[in-house]
Amino acid sequence: MGLVDRGRLPAPLTKLFNIGRSYSMWVYQWGLACCAIEMGAAFGSPRYDVMRLGVIPLPASPRQADLVVVSGTVTDKMAPAVKRLYEQMPEPKYVISMGSCANCGGPYWDSYSVTKGVDQIVPVDVYVPGCPPRPEALLEGVVLLQQRIKHEDMGARWRGEGFKPIVRESEPIVVGGGPIE
Amino acid sequence: MTMLSERQQMSYIAAQAADARLNVELETEGMTLNIGPQHPATHGTLRIIARLDGEQVVWAEPSAGYMHRGYEKLTEVRTFPQVTALINRIDWLGSFANEVPFILAAEQLMNIEAPPRAQHIRTILFELSRIANVSLFLGDLGVQMGAVTPVFMAFRDREYVLNLIEGATGGRFHPNFDRIGGLKDDLPKGWLDETRQVMKKLRNFCDEIEDLLFGNEIFQSRTRGIGVIPADVARQYGLSGANLRASGVDWDLRRDQSLPLAYDKVDFRVWTHPDGDSWARCWIRLQEVREATKIVDQLIETLPPGPVMTKVPRIIKVPEGEAWVSTENPLGEMGYYVVSKGDLGPFRVKIRSASFNNISITPWVLKGVYVPDIITILASLYFILGDIDR
Repeated sequence: MGLVDRGRLPAPLTKLFNIGRSYSMWVYQWGLACCAIEMGAAFGSPRYDVMRLGVIPLPASPRQADLVVVSGTVTDKMAPAVKRLYEQMPEPKYVISMGSCANCGGPYWDSYSVTKGVDQIVPVDVYVPGCPPRPEALLEGVVLLQQRIKHEDMGARWRGEGFKPIVRESEPIVVGGGPIE
Repeated sequence: MTMLSERQQMSYIAAQAADARLNVELETEGMTLNIGPQHPATHGTLRIIARLDGEQVVWAEPSAGYMHRGYEKLTEVRTFPQVTALINRIDWLGSFANEVPFILAAEQLMNIEAPPRAQHIRTILFELSRIANVSLFLGDLGVQMGAVTPVFMAFRDREYVLNLIEGATGGRFHPNFDRIGGLKDDLPKGWLDETRQVMKKLRNFCDEIEDLLFGNEIFQSRTRGIGVIPADVARQYGLSGANLRASGVDWDLRRDQSLPLAYDKVDFRVWTHPDGDSWARCWIRLQEVREATKIVDQLIETLPPGPVMTKVPRIIKVPEGEAWVSTENPLGEMGYYVVSKGDLGPFRVKIRSASFNNISITPWVLKGVYVPDIITILASLYFILGDIDR
């Protein structure tokens, strides 16, 4: 895919690839705290069943994953491990921060040992608020991320420049803030 | 297939004996295996450092603290009603059960008691959170041994229980429903009928799991006689709950102490198992879910009428004093030692959570086991990281 690296891909072809990428995401389950159980309910339970959205929640290692859901409290002791596992993931990679703790510290906003937000360590694409968010909220976060991927400039992502839209500029998405379209 | 002659057999045995001698004489180099802090089998972020000799563990140590959120310090800067919102999240699978001992300790200090209806509803929700907690354990147990089906069944039936908790409290995961002096609200209309049906479903789930998992030959060979904890060692390490009962100690705080909860009004059995191995621990928990469904059924039938809240001042100030209350939580004994100086918030809260003591036996029990058994033993000990680190 030398064409992709150099960003010479025509826009219709980029869109086609993006649709393919957004519906075949391997998600690494980063269960840290309470949210891990709700993430398990969203990804592993017959009621919510994330696979119908084209997300495969089964990679054994971050090296096989495209998307990581950081679910739960990130403590200062855990933060280096979070960073390291994120760096092991191959580009293009996306992060969903699930729950108030991972977003901003949540109920431990004044704790001495909690990292106030995982976005201090890794770049976050979608924030899902809640303590813990319902599984439906996480599924909405996944859908919003898929919409974001569909509008992404693949060349910029491949060159490691992060998210650049091919259509228009967009901010990090908060679930409930409305879809970008 | 060729038959071996007697002479060939003898030489084969001699060769094997020589091999064995050689293995004893040759020292194999040790290896340090690091499991975690991010590993599916650790239920979160426990890290186990094991030194191996071949396939056997020589020395193992859990490294906790990856989920330490500083609860005991945080409770000092919260008011009494605010603390319940925090302590929900200690053992996140059985959230309501965490609130009860703290609220009871505060009530003890204020010298008030919840009305009987509130006590009954508290006990019902306590047992529901036990079911929600342990049913997930039963499903998760299969995953640790390579069977993926039970976890889907566990999540399926756990959703019904979570719906009940959500219907009653408004919170699916963290209810924050208990108040000093009673409960926030009464039960909604039609809740009791739904609960009866769900309890039937849960008993079916237990039967299914018993057939699928506990009757499975692989499951039995992976757990029978593995990770044996004798009763005296279990007592010395301070194990509690199902882990202690699986070692043959007849100990249950629900039955043994008299708290203002409705356990004295129901008839239930405390199961013990003489073996003390992984299988016994799993089996005890299975029986506990069944007993919990029976307790809920009995309490629904005898739910007394009346208010759910006593008279408490609008701004709660807890008088000076100290109180220790512990209850039989899904994971074992959970207690709060609350010191109050007559202020809006507690002066100091010491939290005794069950998992911390349950996991402290791992250096003892993992010594000499094989590497695949680490996972099954940890699974059967059943800890929750928030409960260890707090």
